[in-house]
Amino acid sequence: MKLSRVHVGDPLPERAFKPDEVQLFMYNAAIWNHHRIHYDHPYTTGEEGHPGIVIDGPLQGDFLTQLVLEWVGTDGVLSGFEYSNRKAAYIGETLRARGRITEVREADGEVDVELAIVNEAGEVITPGKASVRLHQ
Amino acid sequence: MALLTPELNAAVGRQLPPVSAEVTRREICKYSAATGQRLQRFIDGDEAPPMFLFGLFLPILPREQLGHDGLPPDTGLVPELPLKRVMAGGTQQTWFRGIYPGDVLVSRQTLVDLFEKEGAQGPLIFAVVENRVETEAGEPVMTEHSTRIAR
Repeated sequence: MKLSRVHVGDPLPERAFKPDEVQLFMYNAAIWNHHRIHYDHPYTTGEEGHPGIVIDGPLQGDFLTQLVLEWVGTDGVLSGFEYSNRKAAYIGETLRARGRITEVREADGEVDVELAIVNEAGEVITPGKASVRLHQ
Repeated sequence: MALLTPELNAAVGRQLPPVSAEVTRREICKYSAATGQRLQRFIDGDEAPPMFLFGLFLPILPREQLGHDGLPPDTGLVPELPLKRVMAGGTQQTWFRGIYPGDVLVSRQTLVDLFEKEGAQGPLIFAVVENRVETEAGEPVMTEHSTRIAR
């Protein structure tokens, strides 16, 4: 990836994620998170009032970093990242990670990207931003 | 307004004891498989995906210390606030270097800000926690600011 080939408004290749029970178990085991809303359906629906098992917010943050890092490949590094979980997502939903270039700073070789996790209803449930520094 | 008393404001600057953790290739491989990473350096555990850090410092406690909801007890870094409905307000990270197997990383968490705003549906209190992650030698790895919103 060359800075000269990157333009404001360019989209990043979209990627779809559909976490299931097994993936959520693997994720929460890997990070050592035992919050019951990620594996205990009767508790999650009966006591916490969710319609289903909740997909972790930081996992959605990870999906956004994957979108950016797969786009950059070995041509740059992540220098900044932010995300905000605005609305819950549940097992069974297909989540789409999207991105678009918002700024190219040629002087310091940095590119800013606007990011979003979009649910099946088309709602942005996790907006984010990232900055990558491309190797010159 | 003026929900934040002098006592609450005095909590700004409070720190948790530093926590250190060793990064292993096996833990990176587990994380990469669990999150569906497709870049070979992450799959092979040569480098950790950035969000691997989220789990690295989560406490490992015996079952009897976890709550009914499965969560560990609150750290107490953010004091009890007069508004009780708490939401995650977002996370902002600045990255200085990658994470590699063999790294021993240290996390230092500080309550750096408490402020209130009038929202459309009433008052809001914002609590901002800084998490500075460095190597044992003091090389910066990542600095994160996470905001908790109470309403």
